[in-house]
Amino acid sequence: MTAPVSIRNATKIFGDFTALDDVSLEIAAGEFIVLLGPSGCGKTTLLSLLGGFLSPTSGTIEINGKDMGDVAPAKRPTTTMFQDYALFPHMSLRDNVAFGLKMRKVGKAERHAKAEELLDMVGLKTSANKKPHELSGGQRQRVALARALAVEPDVLLLDEPLGALDLKLRRQMQDELKAIQKRVGTTFVHVTHDQEEAMAIADRIVVMNAGRIEDVGSPESIYMQPKTLFSASFMGEVNFIPGTLESARENALTIKTPLGTVELPAFDHAGFTPDAPVTLAIRPEHFRASTGTGPRVTLGKAKVEDGSFFGTHHRAHLSPLDYPNMTITAHMPQSAIIEPGAWVELTLDPTSVVLLPGHPTQTAQEGVTS
Amino acid sequence: MISSRFSKLLSWSYLAALYGFIFLPVAVLVLFSFQDGRLPVPPFNGATLKWYGEVFSDSRLMSALTNSLMVAIGSATVACVLGFCAAYGLARFVLPASRLQRGLLIAPMTVSYLIIALGLLTTFNWLGVSLSLWTVGIGHVVINLPLCFAIIYASMGDHQKNIERAARDLGAAEWQVMTQVSAPMLMPSILAAFFLSVTFSWDEFIIAFLLSRFDVTLPVEIWSMLRSGLNPKTNAVGSVVFLVSVALLLILELIVFRRTAKK
Repeated sequence: MTAPVSIRNATKIFGDFTALDDVSLEIAAGEFIVLLGPSGCGKTTLLSLLGGFLSPTSGTIEINGKDMGDVAPAKRPTTTMFQDYALFPHMSLRDNVAFGLKMRKVGKAERHAKAEELLDMVGLKTSANKKPHELSGGQRQRVALARALAVEPDVLLLDEPLGALDLKLRRQMQDELKAIQKRVGTTFVHVTHDQEEAMAIADRIVVMNAGRIEDVGSPESIYMQPKTLFSASFMGEVNFIPGTLESARENALTIKTPLGTVELPAFDHAGFTPDAPVTLAIRPEHFRASTGTGPRVTLGKAKVEDGSFFGTHHRAHLSPLDYPNMTITAHMPQSAIIEPGAWVELTLDPTSVVLLPGHPTQTAQEGVTS
Repeated sequence: MISSRFSKLLSWSYLAALYGFIFLPVAVLVLFSFQDGRLPVPPFNGATLKWYGEVFSDSRLMSALTNSLMVAIGSATVACVLGFCAAYGLARFVLPASRLQRGLLIAPMTVSYLIIALGLLTTFNWLGVSLSLWTVGIGHVVINLPLCFAIIYASMGDHQKNIERAARDLGAAEWQVMTQVSAPMLMPSILAAFFLSVTFSWDEFIIAFLLSRFDVTLPVEIWSMLRSGLNPKTNAVGSVVFLVSVALLLILELIVFRRTAKK
């Protein structure tokens, strides 16, 4: 079972704190949506509104075209997978998974068969008689997933379900979660603050900050073409180079930066007015373009300050000749020899540079380090 | 070296004196319940089970024992159900003046049994309720409810709150959450409250004395036996009362500790 969700102008105010500020989002049936953002950004509040544990101060939530305004959590076509799993400690795994069906007055034989089928799907068929305290964290997590899916919800809400697992298990569970979602076809709304997790599992990522949606799109578009400074910095490492737009011609934009004047093709960056403050957002791996063919832009020479080897690449800190106070993070090829004090050319493919309105503030920069 | 040995000796003798002070009266009571003679006072003339035989063939004592058990189990059950409902309500919902309500629920603990018994006696007279085992049971619910509430309320944490939320999310109505999720999860503390209540009710004299008439509980029956003087039979029945209390506490330890150790 699956259904579309539509959130219209949802606002949630707690006292004088606005947790969610006029959020609208359309989710298609069967989509895997990830709400991504730092703690306090409103992503969990939005999930609670969908589950019915909170009601919006204003705005509406529709699931499958029906307004959920007065519908209690028990009556909604949603189930939630909680961060701490919230399994029933006194029940066997079979009874845990069958609980929702029991509440829907499904007969014992039928609900036990269904529970075992789901336990089989998550690889725990032989443990049906065990109690939750006999399981490892990853296994409990699977039971929580089976329990939430047993009632065939239209929408499954996942509240940082992988947060308590160690890194290796988390990556493995991400793959399983995605595979199971594709199999059952249910709409998944998943909350996380881990951008790698979001990219690994999402059909679409919703980047949230301070109660608002910053950016919505596929993992590729959010990473490669972020729409805001926050979105760019939250989705992994990025270099921000502030500048001003000098001229916008039909086929090229000229941007004046401390590192010289840069010319970018205009078709990507329409809608900017001359003299407006702008920022060039450049991912560290895009500095590798010093070899190869095609159009190139250069930001001048930079001195290597230090470097470390990350297996797939070298990560180096560079200080530009024209503006030594700025530190640029660049990923160099595996085979590169990184020597502090050496000079390199900052060469880029202009299509990989993202032009964003405004200048970075302290809060936008913090996303890089967190 | 000598001083350390001396201080060790001193601490051991303090321990012995302490336990002697607590348990010597009980030990004497139990010992003289086996007295082969008419008086439960030293010297000890040799062992006999005669007095136990008399206790178990005394129909008045046996019916008092049955009454005691009925009152204890009945009042403990009611106190636990009410205590659980009150704790659930106060722990899970935002209620007006909840701090005051918690205080009022626990307040009877600070009132002496004599005052509670007098208050209930006046109330029953005023309402025209005649005294019986029912009124004794009501009195015992009054004294045990604060205890049950306090024990069960203390064990209701936020972790269980989330589990209850999951149950509601899966379609459980409020009464189903209470009976199928909260109560089983809190069973160790509910059982602790139950067995403590049974023990308190089983031993209680003042309320049982003032609120009963023809059918009486065991402590009241023993008291009326004592008025006709000391007798090894009173020691024997006292030993039985003690043994039942010990058994109840052992059950409590076994059930509650075995359950909590598993988690």
